Parts: sequence; structure tokens; C-alpha cells
Amino acid sequence: MNRSAYVIRRVLLIFPTMLAIYTITFFLVHATPGSPWSTQDKPLPKAVVDKLNEAYGLNDPLWKQYLNYLNNALHGDFGPSFTSRSRTVADIISDTLPVSLQLGLVAMIIAVLVGVTLGTIGAVRHNTWADYLSSFLAIVGISTPSYVIASLLVLFFASYLGWLPTTGWEGIFSVKIIIPALALAFYPSAILARYTRSSLLDVLSSDYVRTARAKGQRERVVVVRHALRNAMLPVITVGGVVFADIITGSFFVETISGVPGLGRYFVTSISSRDYPVVLGTVLLFGFIITLMNLIVDLIYPLLDPRIAK
Amino acid sequence: MAAVTVAQAGGRENIREIEGLWQQAFRRLRKNKLALISMWFILFLFLVAIFGPYLIPYEYSKQNYNEVTQSPSWQHWMGTDQLGRDIMARLVFGARVSLTVGIVVQVVILIIGVPLGAIAGYFGGWWDTIIMRIVDVLYALPNLLFVIVIMTFLRGQLALGSEKTGWLAQVAKLDGRTGGLIGVYIGLGLIGWLTVARIVRAGSMSLKEREFVEAARSAGAEDSRILLRHVLPNTLAPVVVASTLGIPGAILYEAGISFLGLGVIPPMPSWGLMISEAIPTMRAHPHMLIFPALTLSLTVLAFNFLGDGLRDAVDPWMKRG
Repeated sequence: MNRSAYVIRRVLLIFPTMLAIYTITFFLVHATPGSPWSTQDKPLPKAVVDKLNEAYGLNDPLWKQYLNYLNNALHGDFGPSFTSRSRTVADIISDTLPVSLQLGLVAMIIAVLVGVTLGTIGAVRHNTWADYLSSFLAIVGISTPSYVIASLLVLFFASYLGWLPTTGWEGIFSVKIIIPALALAFYPSAILARYTRSSLLDVLSSDYVRTARAKGQRERVVVVRHALRNAMLPVITVGGVVFADIITGSFFVETISGVPGLGRYFVTSISSRDYPVVLGTVLLFGFIITLMNLIVDLIYPLLDPRIAK
Repeated sequence: MAAVTVAQAGGRENIREIEGLWQQAFRRLRKNKLALISMWFILFLFLVAIFGPYLIPYEYSKQNYNEVTQSPSWQHWMGTDQLGRDIMARLVFGARVSLTVGIVVQVVILIIGVPLGAIAGYFGGWWDTIIMRIVDVLYALPNLLFVIVIMTFLRGQLALGSEKTGWLAQVAKLDGRTGGLIGVYIGLGLIGWLTVARIVRAGSMSLKEREFVEAARSAGAEDSRILLRHVLPNTLAPVVVASTLGIPGAILYEAGISFLGLGVIPPMPSWGLMISEAIPTMRAHPHMLIFPALTLSLTVLAFNFLGDGLRDAVDPWMKRG
């Protein structure tokens, strides 16, 4: 059927996309003036710099470096880190990515629970104070950056009230995750609330919902069982993008809450010109975003048989 | 000669119609209290950004080690920061930084997005394929990371340029005056034009089939004229809405990048940088955190309310198209 051809085409499209991302980032990073060895306070002796450049292949012509890195990356080797010289980029990623993923997953669960609830309240109580309140909360959520939320949460719940620890990371079952996860969930909750509300409003005025009501179904059943199911479809589409956003945008919260995730590493690697880490992170995050888009595109027809036909 | 006059009259007719629609939209906007309040707030903010630095008796970069981390007082209404600088003076100057970012980025986005979208939509074919491929790739880029990479690249180039003469040196000089944010403007513009391009593309695609475009074409108008006079003015409304809604995003990006210490170059203030400077001592000196955080959120909130209101106000018109 046409469908499998479409799936194969979509999966194959990942490769040119990733290659384009790699090419753009590689040349941008390498065309940036300054060397990774000149960031220390004391300049290194020239002989040392030459040795280092030699050892890391930085004396090779650019096209050769381009191909070498690409070849290695395809084999899962993202090169050595320039700053933490005993570790490779792959080491760093495998240490930090799981942390970011765990934090992101918890934040995503909170965002879905809060967002869908707020959005449903807004749609069901359309044009009442509850609707206005939930819409207002959503727009506040969209307007407040995660680092403001995180710092305010730390200020009130950790510093003043002392209910929660200020920083640190001990996995998802420790209370230390509460503040970073809440802060990270704030913006996506708002986005999901807005989508749920407008999607549910559309569905609630549809014929089959009127039929369900005419049958004498209780409003609760109509909303939850009939309307919400279909209303969730567009929300799922956004959900994939939102999740990729959470993972790739977690570095503010990670910095404030001292969570050893990947985002925090990127920030330090940019200022220390740690090219391999920068390249590796951009590629990885690009891959996550592409993957999430792909998953959403492929799952959508399975959930909505009207499209699959 | 006669043909030119007719065409000009037609053009003016077109513009009058657009003004009429804008008036309608504005009438609807005026009923939206939140959007209206936001508009006044934004206007106030612009006035503060333009005139504020002249009215406040403190310099944003003036350090005073006898008055560090003071709480709000009659001398310093919002207190002072860790270097004894007046927080209000820094916030007010920060308004300049933020509003400039918001607007300049939208200009860059329009410069890139409108022509590309128009070309893709109007000419179609392989133009469309190429431009849409680029859009696909950009969608897969981690935005914030990519802006930081572009910005670092441009800043490095400008640092080299400042040692030479010529236009690069001029740009480098300008960059110094904006607190090193030219890289942020361009970086955000380069990743942000997708939405505008898609709107203009969709608009051009549907509009080029319409009768009035057909009429212009049969009257002998060239493609460029049709695009500029007939197609683009009719995609104006959604583009204006998208630009307004893009401003808070740009402001947040700049604040975020400066928060990470990668954006504005000190002593130039940025709301994001002020927030990050406040965090280490926020328990002892919460005023250093509260004022910039509140200002940033309120500003973004106001632009979002205005953008939402604007979208609702022109929505019937968009459906009409």
C-alpha cells in the first residue's frame, strides 16, 4: 500500500536532514575564530598548542576533518572532549542525557496532567470565569520563562519555607526533582492547555456530541468518553514537539537546580570552544526533534482512522 | 499613460479597502480590554525605553561600592545590585535592549520570510521544493542551541572585523553599541522566518488563483508587480499578527541567552542577565530578582495579549480570504 512507501520515505528523509544539520553546524563552529586552547588565563606555549592541534586532528584540511568526524559519528564516536580530556563526547552524553530525559519525562507527565485538565475546564465551562481563569493561567505560563519560575520556586519553597531542597539531583524518586520538574513543566502545560481548549471546543459543537447528548448521556460521559478522545488528536501532534522542546530546552532549569543534564554541558562547552561537545549536542538534539516529529506523524493515522483511509 | 493612471487608481482603491479592514479590526480590538491595556503598557514601555535613561539620575553602568545590594529606598526606588548599580536605571536601559531585540528580529524575519514565502507560493515548482526543504531542516534544528552557535560565530567574525577597516568594522562598532547583540538578531532571524514564510506561501498560493490577480495578469502586469501590489498586501493581516506574536518570543530568547551569560556583553544590562546575577543571592536580596523577573514577564505577557487580541480582531478577515 501507499502507506508503507510513505513511512519508508519519511524514515529515509532523516538522513539528509541530519546531514544538513551536521554540515551547517560543523562549518559554523569551525569558522568561529579562536582556538579551544586559548581560553585559559595563561596562554599555552606554542609547541604545546601545535601538539594539541596535531593530536586532535585540527591541522588537517577542513574537508578532511568534516569527513572524519562524519565517519566517526556514524560509528557512534563523537570524538574526544577538548576540555575534559579524559572523557569522550559519547561518555559525556551517556552520563548526562539520561538525566535530562528523566527530568523531561517527569515534566512532560506533569504538563499533560495539568495542561489537559486546564484546557478541558476551559472548554467545558466556555466563557465563564473558570474559562477565563484557565486561559489567563495558560498565557501567564507562556509568558514566564522557566528560569524565572525555577528561581521563584527555589526562593519560596526552598529558601523561605524550607520545604524542599534548593539544588541537587538524586534521580526521579527524590524530592529534589520537584522544583526543576515543575519549572520545566510550566510552559508546556500552558501550550497543551491552549491546544486542548480550542480542540475540545471544536469537537463539543460537532454533530456526534450533540447526538450523544440527545441520547441522554450524562455530560461527564459525553465530555470524557466522546469528545475528549477526538479532541486529543491535535494535542498529541503538539505533544511530540513539546516533549522535544522540554528535552532540548532544559538547560536553564538544569543550571539553576544543579541538575547534571546535557543542557548544562552545552553552555560550558560553548564558552570553552569545545567543538566536539557543541557539535555532538546539536546533532543529538536535532535527532531527538526529528525523531519526535517522525513518531507523531506515524502514530497519528493509527489513532485517527479517518486519516489512515 | 492612461493605463498607468488606471493602475494607480486601482492600487489606491486596494489600499483604501485595506485601511477599512484595519479600522474594522481596530474596532474589534478596542472591545478587548486585556489587549487594550497591553497596548497602553507597551506604549508606556517604549516611552520609558526612549526617554527613561535621561530621566533617571543614575547611569546603568555606574558602580558604587558604598551602596551594594541595597533594598528599595527613596534614593534607589528598586534598590541596587551587587556592584552598587541602580536597578531601576538598569531595568529602564534593559527595556531598550529588549524592545530593540523584539523589533529588529521581526524586521530580519520579514526580510527573509516574506520574499521566500512569496517565491515559494507564487512560482511553485522547484522553487517551492527547495525552500520547503530548507524549512524542513530548520524545523529539526534545536533553536536555542543553534542561535547560540550562530551568535558565537558572528561575534568572533566581528571581533576580527573590528581590527580592520571597512564595512565590517562599521558593523562591529554598531555591534558594540548594541551590547554585542547583532549576532542574536541575525541568529533569531535565521531560525524564525519559517512561520512568516509559511503564511505568505499559503496566502500567495491561494491568492494567485483569484479573479483579481487573473485580471491584473491579463491586463499585462508583471509577476513582480502582481506580487507587490496584489498578493502581498492581502497577506498582510496574518503576517502582522505573526510578527506581533513573534516579538515576545524574541525577547525571551535574548533574555535566555543573556541569562546563560552568552548574550549581552556587560556592563550593558539585559533583563535576563539581571535575573541570573540575582539568583546566587536571591534569599538575602530578593529585590534584585523580583524586579527584573516581573518586568520581563509582564512585557512578554503584554505582547502575547496584544498579539492574541490582534489575531482575534483580524480573524473574520482571515477566514474571508
